[in-house]
Formats: sequence, structure tokens, C-alpha cells
Amino acid sequence: MRWMWIDRIIELTPRTRMVAIKNVSLAEEHLHDHFAADTATGAAALPVMPACFIIEGMAQTAGILVGHTGGFKEKVVLAKVNKAELARDASPGCTLRYTASLDRFDETGAATSGLVELMSPSHQADWSPIGRIDLMFSHLDRNLAGAEFPKHNFVFSESFRTLLRTSGLSAEF
Amino acid sequence: MNRDEIFSKVRDVLVDALGVDEDEVTPTARLTTDLGAESIDFLDITFKLEQAFGIKIPQGELFPDNAASNPQYVQDGKVTAAGIAEMKKKLPHVDFSAFEKDSRLSEIGNLFTVDVLVRYVERKLAG
Repeated sequence: MRWMWIDRIIELTPRTRMVAIKNVSLAEEHLHDHFAADTATGAAALPVMPACFIIEGMAQTAGILVGHTGGFKEKVVLAKVNKAELARDASPGCTLRYTASLDRFDETGAATSGLVELMSPSHQADWSPIGRIDLMFSHLDRNLAGAEFPKHNFVFSESFRTLLRTSGLSAEF
Repeated sequence: MNRDEIFSKVRDVLVDALGVDEDEVTPTARLTTDLGAESIDFLDITFKLEQAFGIKIPQGELFPDNAASNPQYVQDGKVTAAGIAEMKKKLPHVDFSAFEKDSRLSEIGNLFTVDVLVRYVERKLAG
């Protein structure tokens, strides 16, 4: 079971861009530790989505776009975070929207640029841009070191198929 | 575009891709040893050079492709004479004189200096 960091794909323009959303919920256990109340200092709990998971959400959005571009034949892995800038926190009740654009795609890998937006109930349900995340992906079987990996595509496993299907997209590959 | 202008754009690409300071990017700086580039950075640099100069860089034209897996070209962790000859043919912008004395696979990264990138772009733009 893969830890999914997007809830639904809401737009796919093949070879160009993918848009996905993530609803931040207080039912997510990690929010209770990030950040927990500190009895020593008297600081109240401040549950906010960890930035690393926001990066992972963008990586999953952009990674599916890259995988879709290659007909899900390649094992697409995140190779480099070129840029990650986030100006605001995402707290429970907010929705994150990830828009990933494909800048470059070839047999060795791909580069994407991404916009992160936030819809907060306290801001009259409008999307506000809160950051940018640019990524690079590698096609694992075409690595320069010539290392070999299992034949089956363990990247685009059942969790991703479920996400595609529940988002109304074809999961036949 | 003259050599200085090409160098300036190559420097911007390396500052962006590797997170190094401008003054570290000298013509003789080696991408791996001096600027800390790792294997994935070579792909990143390729993409960024394409964008910066509006060129298309086919796999294996700027940096060597998967030569290490060919037993004819690599033996006992060293690139063979046949391997060096093949690389010279494919990578005319690279100076192999030091590599011919020490052809360990680990030295391949050191073949690529900032100046090599500048020479490659210069040749490419000249068509």
C-alpha cells in the first residue's frame, strides 16, 4: 500500500499538465505531532501539513503526468527537487491544489514545474498560490550506471490505479 | 553569441542546477569534484542547457551514455583503449589527454569541466 498524498486528479491534459487536489484533515495522525502542544513552554498545538508531504503530493501529481506521457511503461522515480518554495502553511480544513506542467520529457527522464495553491475556509473559498515546486524524474531502467531492477512496474502499482480510476481516468496499462 | 556570452549562460545554468556560487564556476572547474554534481545533475544540466540556448541535446552527445555496461569498453573498472576511442569519436568537445593516463571509471566525471560545456555549446551553435 502506497502512502498517497493526493486525493483526486481533477484535470489531465496529456503530455502537458495534470491538476490534483489534497484535502488536509485532522484525522491524519501525523498532524497531531506536527506540531504537538509543548507543556514545557505552554505553546498550543499547531497542526500543519509538513512541507515534505506537500512536496510528495506534487511529486505524485507530476510523477503520474510523466508516467502517463510514457504510457506507464517506465518506472518513474523522483530524482531531484530543483526548487521548493512554500510561503504559507496548510492547516486542517484546507484544500491543496497541485498543478504540474511537463517542461521536458525524453527516454532518460523528465522535468516538471509546479504550482501549489491553497483554498482555506477562512478566505472565502478562493484559491491562493502559496508556492512552487520544480522536480526532475528519472526513468529507472535507463539509469546511467546500468543498474538493473525488477521487470514489473512497481512504481505505478494498485494505489495509483485506484486513484486514476476514482478520478475518472483510465487505469488500463 | 561569443565565447564570453556562452560562458556566462553556462555559469547561470550551473549556479541554478548545482546551487553553487558564481565565483566557483571557473572554466577549469570539474563538475563532479569541484562543483559537487551527481549523476542526476548531468540530466538536469542537459535540460537546462537546452532551455538556455534553445538547442536539442540527444542522449550521449554531451555526456557519455551507458558505456559502463559494455564489457568491450570497460574491464577491471577501467575504460579500455577501444572504449576511449569510442568516447573520443562521440564526444569531440572533451579533452581525453589526462584520462588516457588514468582511465578508471571513477575518473569519467572529471572529464567534464565548465570549459567542456562551453566548447560543446559553441560547436552546437556553430552547427
